[in-house]
Amino acid sequence: MPLKMNNGNKVWQRRTSKQQLLNWFAWLIAVAIFVYCWQLVSEKTMWIFVLDSPAQASDMAERMVPPKWGYLSTLWGPIWDTINIATLGTLIAIVLAFPVAFLAARNTTPSVRFVRPVALFIIVSSRSINSLLWALMLVTIIGPGVLAGVIAIGLRSIGFCAKLLYEAIEEINETQVEAITATGASGPQILNFGIVPQILPAFAGISVFRWDINIRESTVLGLVGAGGIGLELNASINTVSWTQVSVILLVILSTVVVSEWVSAKVRHAII
Amino acid sequence: MLRIENLTKRYKTGDTALKSVNLEVPKGQVLALIGPSGAGKSTLIRCVNRLVEPTEGRILLGDKELTTLGSGQLRKARRSMAMIFQEYALVERLSVMENVLSGRLGYVSFWRSFTRRFPQSDVTEAYRLLERVGLDHMADKRADELSGGQRQRVGICRALIQNPALLLVDEPTASLDPKTSRQIMRLICELCEERGLAAIINIHDVLLAQMFAKRIVGLQLGEIVYDGVPDGLTPDQLTLIYGEEDWEATIDKVKDESDEIESIEIVQ
Amino acid sequence: MISKAPAQRVWKRKPMITNPKLRWGLIGGVVVYLIIAFYTMEVDWGRVAAGMPRAERFLGSFFPPDFTSRWEDIYVGIVESLWMTVVSTVVGIAISIPVGLGAARNLSSRPVYLFCRGVLAVSRTFPEIILALFAVKLFGFGPFAGIVALSIATIGFYGKLLAEDIEDMDPVQAEAIKSTGAGWFQWLNYAVQPQVMPRMIGLGMYRFDINFRESAVVGIVGGGGIGATLLTSFDRYEFDTSAAILLVIITIVMFVEYSSGFIRKWVQ
Repeated sequence: MPLKMNNGNKVWQRRTSKQQLLNWFAWLIAVAIFVYCWQLVSEKTMWIFVLDSPAQASDMAERMVPPKWGYLSTLWGPIWDTINIATLGTLIAIVLAFPVAFLAARNTTPSVRFVRPVALFIIVSSRSINSLLWALMLVTIIGPGVLAGVIAIGLRSIGFCAKLLYEAIEEINETQVEAITATGASGPQILNFGIVPQILPAFAGISVFRWDINIRESTVLGLVGAGGIGLELNASINTVSWTQVSVILLVILSTVVVSEWVSAKVRHAII
Repeated sequence: MLRIENLTKRYKTGDTALKSVNLEVPKGQVLALIGPSGAGKSTLIRCVNRLVEPTEGRILLGDKELTTLGSGQLRKARRSMAMIFQEYALVERLSVMENVLSGRLGYVSFWRSFTRRFPQSDVTEAYRLLERVGLDHMADKRADELSGGQRQRVGICRALIQNPALLLVDEPTASLDPKTSRQIMRLICELCEERGLAAIINIHDVLLAQMFAKRIVGLQLGEIVYDGVPDGLTPDQLTLIYGEEDWEATIDKVKDESDEIESIEIVQ
Repeated sequence: MISKAPAQRVWKRKPMITNPKLRWGLIGGVVVYLIIAFYTMEVDWGRVAAGMPRAERFLGSFFPPDFTSRWEDIYVGIVESLWMTVVSTVVGIAISIPVGLGAARNLSSRPVYLFCRGVLAVSRTFPEIILALFAVKLFGFGPFAGIVALSIATIGFYGKLLAEDIEDMDPVQAEAIKSTGAGWFQWLNYAVQPQVMPRMIGLGMYRFDINFRESAVVGIVGGGGIGATLLTSFDRYEFDTSAAILLVIITIVMFVEYSSGFIRKWVQ
């Protein structure tokens, strides 16, 4: 208790003086790091460009209106591709994430010492690398197109789905599993009757959640050549057709909003 | 039929839950295991079907030694010792029928159980048992839609469909109200009698134990301190098991008269 | 009632969707969708097959990756990514606190609420890379554009979660502080902050983690950071350098994740 006596009065302080000191010290370090980083930013920035940017922005905005609505009709194909990339990619991811999650969960992994670290490494590598980077690699390897996008989304999502799923597996009610074990059930049967029913709602929720994120991510994969509406965006920017760019942005916006709404509805229905 | 010899269990934390316990349960006997929390009741019955691995000692079911079985044989042995749980331990997102049929998992192949194509004889038996406990109209309800008493009845069906020789019952009434508790205890005892089953019932309610069991075993700090008939439980004996307390009120034979309702009443 | 004798009662698992028309309609719809999706996916299988040796070379280049020949570029890129992450996280969170407070329904007036929600919605919908694309157009190539993009994305993410957290807080505690006659800022400090702080610190760490990962991407469109180095290595088919960069990214993400768990524990 940080309680001191001063002239017979109790003086209350929130922290002891040592804690106080440590607290200040932590703040000092944090501020110093930030100031140092800001300085690095400042060195690398052409402030003239930044000062000029409001004029640039209004100029760009002017050139973006009115949106060229006629362009919309050529976008249906790319939108369809975008949705397919997200959906098929999510499907691949959940199929692969399911076994990985069981290998990574502490209570279902066959070996805590050997198998679990491998599964965790798969999860962390898949999660650390952005789907755009995955797409970049795949476009270099298997060529540009929708397939690269599908695989990129799949690879990126395995880690995400597997991580949330293995956390759900670690939180299951163990007595239900015990009850199934006590009947003399085999390992696969315990999985099927004792564990899977418990994680099924979480599994469905995670898949839909990830699908929603993937719609958003697959709109930009075209920037590196992996198909979908991003290809059109890239082309329109390169040809400085700003009125087309604004149409594409509005389309992306509405796709994202709709997918978010769908995913919220579906998750609500599941839980 | 069940013989436990010098059973000792030490947990990794260093706690000794059971100290060289010896116990013999003849065929068809219903035995109540009483004792304070932490006395090792739960560990004892979990050692029998090896949900908890015993540290030392032998457990024999008939002439089969359970403690040395490999995993395949252990699964076979577990079929003949069914367990009923505190808090029911039903798989909540499966239907009542699936929960009952899960008692047959030790008998059917993975593929049959995965596609839920259990042999017709199992399904017939499941309906018969559900009817016996008054729940056959609820077969397709999900387990989490049921009340506590109903869930425990399903738990009992799941245990009986295993066609066991021995029931391991862990605090069956811990989360039930007094009336339902008596109904469940009576049901378990009736079913044991019908089928000639032996049973070890962990229970912390001394009164219920005295009311339903023919033999009472008192466990304290992992050791058996009482083994005898219900009437032999004197205040001194209870003090030995549970510690100092005024036991007179408990000894006052509260007879079952106040509760003469049909034993199988469906609690809605 | 079921007319069959109990002995003949068959059981089938109740399907998840009970209406058969709806069930088969959904299944059929999914199958048709998958078929169409596969057929409209124009895949140049010849190109894919031609890429297989390259895939092999790419995987092979992880054993061992080449850290040395482009170490200078990797080092500069990673450090730039790191300080971009620091600045954008701090700036983004600093701006998102007032916006988040404004977007909490129980804290602010209707017009302020709608305005702040609007800001959050706009900054949340566009992926970081599109924000970066426009930032580069406005501010020129370089890390400043990347920082602007990441900061905007941070505002959308953090502000929304902060607003939701404040809306979910315990109103009783808030009322109790208000009833002491505290001013608005005192009230924020004593009633709101203690309730939302622990979770928000955790989310701040999480956002730091996300910003680092995204900072590797904004370089693709010229927003600074390690992304440009990675892009160059791919363009030159220097896969062993790409492998090295990817491994560095993975290591740093792992480190950040581990230390954020540690800091979260320390704060609470």
